[in-house]
Amino acid sequence: MSEAAVRLGVDIGGTFTDVVLEVGDTQFSTKVLTTYVAPENAIVEGLQEVCRKAGIEPSRIQQIIHGTTLATNALIERSGAKTALITTRGFRDVIEMRTESRFEQYDLNLSLPEPLLARHQRYTLDERVSASGEILKPLDNAEIETLVDDIEAAGYESVAIGFLHSYIDPTHENQVREVLARRLPKVMVSLSCEVSPQMREYERFNTTIANAYIKPLMKSYLGRLEQKLGTEGVACPIFLMHSGGGIISLENAAEFPVRLVESGPAGGAVFAANIAARYGLEKVLSFDMGGTTAKICLIKNHTPKTSRVFEVARTYRFKKGSGMPISIPVIDMVEIGAGGGSLAHVDSLQQIRVGPKSAGSEPGPACYGRGGENPAVTDADLVLGKLDADNFAGGSITLDLQASQNALNNNIGSQLSMEVENAAFGVAEMVDENMANAARVHAVENGEDLSEYTMIAFGGAAPLHAGRLCEKLGVDRLLVPPGAGVGSAIGFLRAPFSFEATRSVFMRLNEFDSEAIKQLLSELSDEATRFVRGCAPDEPVTSQYKVYMRYSGQGWEIPITLTEAQATAPDAETFKTLFEKDYIALFGRAVEGLEVEITVWAVNATTKAQPAGDSQSFSTQTAAPVSGARDVFDPAVGETVQSSIVLRDEMNTGATVNGPAVITEDQTTIIVPSSRSAVRQSDGCIDVKKEYMA
Amino acid sequence: MNTQADKVRQQVMWNRLISVVEEQAMALVRTAFSTSVREAGDLSAGVYNVEGLMMAQAVTGTPGHVNAMADAVAHFIRRIGRDNILEGDVYITNDPWEGTGHLHDITVVTPSFHCGVHVGFFACTAHIVDIGGRGFGADANSVYEEGLYIPIMKFADQGQVDKTLMHIVRGNVREPDQLVGDIYALATCNEIGHRRLIDMMSEFDLKDLSGIAAFIFENSKAATEACIAALPTGACAAGEMVIDGYSAPVTLKAKLDIYSDKITCDFAGTSGLDKKGINVPLVYTKAYACYALKCAIAPEIPNNAASLAPFEITAPENSIVNALHPAPVALRHVIGHMIPDTVYNALDQILPDTVPAEGAGTLCNFQVSLRPRTDIDLNAEPDPSDNQAMHDIAMAKQAVRSEVLTFNSGGSGARPQLDGLNATAFPSGVMTMPVEATEHTGPVIIWRKELRPGSGGAGKYRGGLGQYMEVGAVEGQEFDISAMFDRVDHPALGRQGGQPGAPTSIALDDGTAMQGKGRQFVPHGKKVMMAFPGGAGYGKPAARDPELVKRDLARGYITESSARSDYGLSDSEINQVNTDVKNGSAE
Repeated sequence: MSEAAVRLGVDIGGTFTDVVLEVGDTQFSTKVLTTYVAPENAIVEGLQEVCRKAGIEPSRIQQIIHGTTLATNALIERSGAKTALITTRGFRDVIEMRTESRFEQYDLNLSLPEPLLARHQRYTLDERVSASGEILKPLDNAEIETLVDDIEAAGYESVAIGFLHSYIDPTHENQVREVLARRLPKVMVSLSCEVSPQMREYERFNTTIANAYIKPLMKSYLGRLEQKLGTEGVACPIFLMHSGGGIISLENAAEFPVRLVESGPAGGAVFAANIAARYGLEKVLSFDMGGTTAKICLIKNHTPKTSRVFEVARTYRFKKGSGMPISIPVIDMVEIGAGGGSLAHVDSLQQIRVGPKSAGSEPGPACYGRGGENPAVTDADLVLGKLDADNFAGGSITLDLQASQNALNNNIGSQLSMEVENAAFGVAEMVDENMANAARVHAVENGEDLSEYTMIAFGGAAPLHAGRLCEKLGVDRLLVPPGAGVGSAIGFLRAPFSFEATRSVFMRLNEFDSEAIKQLLSELSDEATRFVRGCAPDEPVTSQYKVYMRYSGQGWEIPITLTEAQATAPDAETFKTLFEKDYIALFGRAVEGLEVEITVWAVNATTKAQPAGDSQSFSTQTAAPVSGARDVFDPAVGETVQSSIVLRDEMNTGATVNGPAVITEDQTTIIVPSSRSAVRQSDGCIDVKKEYMA
Repeated sequence: MNTQADKVRQQVMWNRLISVVEEQAMALVRTAFSTSVREAGDLSAGVYNVEGLMMAQAVTGTPGHVNAMADAVAHFIRRIGRDNILEGDVYITNDPWEGTGHLHDITVVTPSFHCGVHVGFFACTAHIVDIGGRGFGADANSVYEEGLYIPIMKFADQGQVDKTLMHIVRGNVREPDQLVGDIYALATCNEIGHRRLIDMMSEFDLKDLSGIAAFIFENSKAATEACIAALPTGACAAGEMVIDGYSAPVTLKAKLDIYSDKITCDFAGTSGLDKKGINVPLVYTKAYACYALKCAIAPEIPNNAASLAPFEITAPENSIVNALHPAPVALRHVIGHMIPDTVYNALDQILPDTVPAEGAGTLCNFQVSLRPRTDIDLNAEPDPSDNQAMHDIAMAKQAVRSEVLTFNSGGSGARPQLDGLNATAFPSGVMTMPVEATEHTGPVIIWRKELRPGSGGAGKYRGGLGQYMEVGAVEGQEFDISAMFDRVDHPALGRQGGQPGAPTSIALDDGTAMQGKGRQFVPHGKKVMMAFPGGAGYGKPAARDPELVKRDLARGYITESSARSDYGLSDSEINQVNTDVKNGSAE
């Protein structure tokens, strides 16, 4: 057998750039500070470090998989290129008028987020296509030429083109592109019929504009990265993680950079999905909690749930509607403002509220001793005994317990006449309740019952709260994988090459056209496969078929998965049966006598996911070595309990400890509640279950 | 377990109940058929204690249900009778006076039982597509013409659905499958709320809701009263606003009195009933008056029986804001949406620098009823060489009948420190539908939907812009448009020297004048040209930051002439802005 495969996963996050080098089955990881001005520098620094740890030359790396928040940050910070929109006359303000509603009902001083492009950067042309694809007003080339004069005079670097109903007939968008390409070859162009060919103009236009807005930046960054890695002796191909949980080529990423938004969290979900596969778990809830937010994702049959649209850059308490919609294939996650740094206060109703405001890393929670005076979740965790002041982050920071107590007393305890420990209990309990409620609402939306689920927790703060969350949600089993601090980067290495092609075409089942459907799905399959083949010419590629269906008159579609056979020989009766089955699962019952219609068609072409490996069973369970004990408040019991302290490094396969216990490691601490016990699995996962070990 | 930890647990339960009703509402949004529910958020959901007092309510698209929902369950208890409330029951009504203000809102109430004991209720309301009668519009002369009336009754008796009721419902409405689907969706969403409530009661080992209800009510009452106590006790003020109405202009009058622990709002002096269906049952007036006061005074406090109680709303019987049976009330929102601005005209005198200037108020909704054109004879047999005639007949033969309802917004009023919001609903919170989606629901063509430059009232803070819409039909179709617009003759007025917003206008593309309200015919090939109103300005225009004036000009929010005459920009400044836009250096 030849030398072990060498692959590198890189995740650029807001604070840290995580780098994981995998040599065969062995992983070497590091975290370096993100270098905003030239993000490639942090990658090189991390790469050198992990290569040194592994004792190999960078030239031996065979593949790099990269994910980044740079695209997201550019949208949040509005630091993209000088961009113009060209749209249908009469519809200049679609991205500014949004849904014409306020996302917060009771705030008289509400501000809506500014659109990505101000009104004078939005241009119109006289043209119109109907909902059925008929050209109602042809587009005159002379008018385009005149408009291009204006675009040139204003010096735009990037242009988004979005016409009404272009997902049905893209002729006019292509017509404008041709003129732009001829007249202004250096200007980058993004067409709505390519970036997001889906009905609903606000979402499609905004997505196309976002793509155009970040394209010059991302193209330049990816070019520099390739070059810089070359000078380091890395000659292998670089691939990018996309928000749908798969990998695309560098060229595709540069063309459709909006698909990179949310690539980091997508990596986390893939990481969890891979562990789910390893354990053969059909239903998994992934729970990722960091400093400012928590993310929750449902994973069924080892596949994270996906969606067609999501919202980025929320401006108001993570509230739905306060950001901008991006309609691309994406792993469906709930993100709430609940992290270790989330700040607590008492509101006018004498209730404890936690988040979404965060202490960030500066000043950080009060216990960091950097001047933070407001209590954060981490302060509550410290007071409750869940954290050890002297052994936080591997002992790199000594936490100031007194500062946490003062912050909690001054801001919570004194207002509510509570002792500091109860104030801390209140803060921790409220943040856990917020996360549990978000998970419950998400489950209801998807017609799922969480009590059948297993939780997989990662991210710095998750293992501190996961045990309590399981109790609240009635989840019996919790897995805390190793490498939880760099979960997304590991997830990149587990992701398949994949690309999803979608199209909006309306069809009622009573007008079912088998031939047209066959043709459409086959076109979409070819299109998606072409993208994947570009990355992985030799691997087998399979197509997964999905259609979005609803009763005529409804506004929400539900995704229906088709088998290859059902997609290649479509018939109306099968579609109806599949739809009703899923509808009943989601909403309890089907509705008699209503027409059913299909609105969106999607084909995801994918290579096989990286093998999950096995979790070997172990024959003997042994008591884990207990290195000490400390008092930890157990919210379910309602009082402080003496808990065993176990070092994760000292837990061998089969080592067990009964709750209440704390399992500590450099990156995080796992709290095992009194109601549970923990055992180390052969792959290093800590398995926390609702049962006692003998 | 100590009492401090109990306090934490009660907070957790309160949060949980709010989450339960959000889930309940979410389930309804996902399963309902009505456009108004699923796209626009016109629904409500709440949980009640066994006395029928509301403990928590979902925050949804429509403040119009705020008090209506709070009051509804008490009516159900009275009508059904305590002894007749049994496990497995589901109750229903669309009574405008005991439900939420018009026949198009169906309210469903489900009693919750835990271990065989009645512990509380869930209620939810949704605006449904059609309830028979004349259809959704203002043209009825009494509530009898507005559709099927379902008195408070059992939809399900111990789990058995009343089949007779369903037969009657099916036989009286235009879209029976959708309506029946919506009724089941309402029942399902209560069921989801109920299951989650029982989970919570088991987790916290509760036998009833009395403890948690008392906790919620005590905290809410104290917090609301603290907000009211911060106002000048004894203050009183009256405000008024004149609007178009239907048959004749309507004067709305509100008088506020501030007490140490409550606020009263009385609508004495308000116009009497209109002949057409824009009259408002008191419950809906209470909702919008209360909503307005809560936004300004106690925005953070969740809605429940205790937090709503300190706001006492009254109005003379058979004034337009306290219409009694059998007044027509289908479009009660047209007047209802104007109530907050009226209340603010009074509140501004007590609590300066807090409330916005007047805005568009009423949503700019219209319904289009399309049908094949009737101006040519479809059975004619023209000379086959007459291409035009052949084409016309072919197109008309492809035409269909269809109803399309759209929700649209004008501009909101400028705030004391902020501009008004462009084309954004206030006080309603409903969402518009994408044009592409609307054009898939029927053979309608929206030729224009964009901001209306110059429509925001000038001021130190500018009113929000209204919008232009142009609506026509696919070839071969003609249509009626049911307009539901106000502010044609009575634009939004400013505060502190702010200028009025632009009024509504509506006409055919050939210039033929049209009415702001009512069903009107649009011949084949014609378009309706609409301009929806802007919000009013706040403060004198001359005090506006010149940089903001330049920004507004660059973006085309204001016209050159307004920049010059209202805001005093010089010709050279205006030229500079235009040059900056052309060469791409404008912000």
